[in-house]
Amino acid sequence: MQDYFLSLAAHIETQLAANEVSTTWLSAESSDFVRFNRSAIRQPGHVLQLILNLQLIKGQTHAAMSFNLSGETEMDLPRINAAIEDLRTQLPDLPADPHLMIAAEVNNSVQILPSSLPPVSAILEQILAAANGVDMVGLLTTGTQYRGFANSYGQRNWYETSNINFDWSLFHSTDKAVKSNYAGFHWDEAEFLKKFADARQKLALLARPPVTVAAGNYRAYLSPTALNELIMMLNWGGLSEKSLRTRHSCLRRLQSGEASMHAMVDICEDSRAGLEPGFQAQGFIKPDVIPLIQAGKLSGSMISPRSAKEFGLIANGAPDDESAKSLIMRAGTLANADILKELGTGIYISNLWYLNFSDRATCRITGMTRFATFWVENGEIKAPLNVMRFDDSLFRILGDNLLKLTQETEVIMDDRSYGERHTGGAVVPGALLKEMYFAL
Amino acid sequence: MEALRSLFRELMPAVDFFSMRVVDDRSEELLVRQNVLQPLRNARSHGAMLTVIHDGGYGYAATSDLSRNGLNTALQHALHWARLSAGKTVTNFSKIPQAAIIGQYQSPAASILPRKDLIALIMQESAASHFSDKIVDWSASIGVTHTEQLFISSAGADIHQQFNYLIPNLSVTANEGSETQTRSLGGQYNGFCRQGGMEVLQQSGFYGAGKRIAEEALALLHAANCPSGRMDLLLMPEQMMLQIHESIGHPLELDRILGDERNFAGTSFVTPEMFGHFQYGSELLNVTYDPSRAEQFASFGWDDDGSTAEKTWIIKNGILEKPLGSALSQTRAGMAGVANSRACDWNRPAIDRMANLNIEAGSSSLDEMIASVEYGVLMNTNVSWSIDDSRNKFQFGCEYGQMIRNGKLQELVKNPNYRGISESFWRSLKMVGDVSTLAVMGTPFCGKGEPSQVIRVGHASPACLFDQVEVFGGEA
Repeated sequence: MQDYFLSLAAHIETQLAANEVSTTWLSAESSDFVRFNRSAIRQPGHVLQLILNLQLIKGQTHAAMSFNLSGETEMDLPRINAAIEDLRTQLPDLPADPHLMIAAEVNNSVQILPSSLPPVSAILEQILAAANGVDMVGLLTTGTQYRGFANSYGQRNWYETSNINFDWSLFHSTDKAVKSNYAGFHWDEAEFLKKFADARQKLALLARPPVTVAAGNYRAYLSPTALNELIMMLNWGGLSEKSLRTRHSCLRRLQSGEASMHAMVDICEDSRAGLEPGFQAQGFIKPDVIPLIQAGKLSGSMISPRSAKEFGLIANGAPDDESAKSLIMRAGTLANADILKELGTGIYISNLWYLNFSDRATCRITGMTRFATFWVENGEIKAPLNVMRFDDSLFRILGDNLLKLTQETEVIMDDRSYGERHTGGAVVPGALLKEMYFAL
Repeated sequence: MEALRSLFRELMPAVDFFSMRVVDDRSEELLVRQNVLQPLRNARSHGAMLTVIHDGGYGYAATSDLSRNGLNTALQHALHWARLSAGKTVTNFSKIPQAAIIGQYQSPAASILPRKDLIALIMQESAASHFSDKIVDWSASIGVTHTEQLFISSAGADIHQQFNYLIPNLSVTANEGSETQTRSLGGQYNGFCRQGGMEVLQQSGFYGAGKRIAEEALALLHAANCPSGRMDLLLMPEQMMLQIHESIGHPLELDRILGDERNFAGTSFVTPEMFGHFQYGSELLNVTYDPSRAEQFASFGWDDDGSTAEKTWIIKNGILEKPLGSALSQTRAGMAGVANSRACDWNRPAIDRMANLNIEAGSSSLDEMIASVEYGVLMNTNVSWSIDDSRNKFQFGCEYGQMIRNGKLQELVKNPNYRGISESFWRSLKMVGDVSTLAVMGTPFCGKGEPSQVIRVGHASPACLFDQVEVFGGEA
């Protein structure tokens, strides 16, 4: 695929007039998806897709289009030629773009992440055998993802990863379930079976009669997965330079100093994690680390090339939507073995679900508990908790109410696949809270 | 498309069922932000989804390689998965009835202005919305999409459908100090998306809306927070569409009820036993699945498995009648449903989706509804939405609120939110607006499925009045 992409990039350069510049972004995958319900196969299949985004620039005027390719050079070159012609006819209709920024400095890179995966049929057999006798629902995703960038200045960047992600839930009844995940670049049957056995063991706790608590404040522990849901809300414009400048960001009060988080809170974008390509779609290279929140204060933002031009800043490899793709939150001091003891009496939250802002100005977020969330008394799990709605400000949750962060962090991959399999993820600890407000 | 028909016949394997769905989707979005044209989003998505059913097993393969070799490779993948899954699937797929329809569908003809004129239009609305230094961000956009789809199968189906979509949007953000308020046309997620052409702009009130929503955003800056407490709640269509979508549409999707979505989108508080007698709402609640309303966003002639789409009553006089379940789900559940097997594109398999799900108009005028309220609030235009995985406990927020006291509309309030429980909320419906209050809404962004899919849905609704709902506002 890399050679194919390089040949396309070389061809595109030959099609340009002297005063034209091009950028090319390839996003491709060859993936298998197997969907399960009730420990049986619901929908298995394969997806091969190649999407090319081709941008033609003349002075400060530019136009772009994305379209599918077959992967066969002979078929695809005529499509590319037609696209270039089409873009040329669009340019006269378009005004000069004052915010256009081009990555004119050549920075080449190749990232091919090592992996070893058995045939998907073998993995499938192991999963079905492990799920015998329980109610398992989930999705197995495996295959190779490719990202390539080229421009007519001669820059070439390539990212390739073959990985596996099995995301599943074991259900006890109705909405009571244990959610688990096995993801990585290698498949280790013993490790998978251990994770599955752990999930089966937790399932037994869900057999206890569930409890419902009244609305109010409760001491709580957020697992890394649950805390990640809250942190990801900052990615909904919160950390975006444009959003901060237009006072839309949920962190605008953190920026102005009207609000702060606990001094323990350190969050950065760290492209060294390899969770996604080290270059973005316009060819800008990501720095190793972008500090975003340090000691509870806003210390940086995600700056796209357009924002950099608009606001007179330096771009830091952010994509167009200025979201972070490899968020790392600094760990704390709480040992996993001590979580229940330190929680004492309160709510152990494994997963949060369907978060949204109930008041963006105060970073107040609402959402639901989901899956294995437990009522804990004196350091012991007593019963599963019926789903509860929380509604609280992140300035409180990660502010005065934050007691401790765990020593251990978890790598949480972005396993969404809207349009195509996403890349990226986060590394997040768990959090012990003095209190969190539950509304319904 | 003819060449692809020939290839399909050429490749036909000896299996129980074989189908191919080809999608060619061409779209362009023109967006002006702060009077600067943003990079054009010009895209073509073109590929094929092949499905094989054999010996009870099922497999699919999607490919953007539409050559003979490419389709044959995809067929081998689909065959591989059908063989591998035989005897291990949730149902015997070979027993699912398959449609053999031959037909064509064409959405309303789309007259679209040249690109240059469209840019001028959005530039005009953008410029009109910036008349104060307190307006800190503003944008206007128009998206135009033409989609062509062919579904052919070994059962004899040959369905060709063509759709024209137009998606207008306007958004204005006003700020003073740390107070920021945003108003939009139909919500920030394209609530006035419809099938058709330039007439959609007129229908959605696009012309002149830039100035109007800017004035509203500025006025909201100085409004008090919505008060907290139980009060009557009058929801306008720009919020009703979300209320329908989340707390009627999703819980009634039969694949959720069957458990397919429990690992991601969630389950449902609705169970199969509830159909036919469960009092979902008050007697005023009438909900239809209606793919026949030509201008609505998710109208079509047949679903993606070839089932014929027709208007169906889902809730009648408050009683739950039918689920939103496709032919496959209907067989699995042993229940009647609707034609709603849909995929977001060629690269994803079809699942149960809600398509157009509408509330039928009632008999009350807006004035009558306002006059009936002693103490309450009118809310319009969704801005925040959250609901549990059984689609029961919800909390929604709106861009715009206005108090109602003693039968009269009073002052604006900002950050209006409300909470409820689907299972009981609809029984508090006490007045349904007449057709003069009805708006045809929708969104291109309904997310569901594993792998993930985001799809077009439509929701037409009148204004609706609810009795004594828990309401609250933002923090000081």
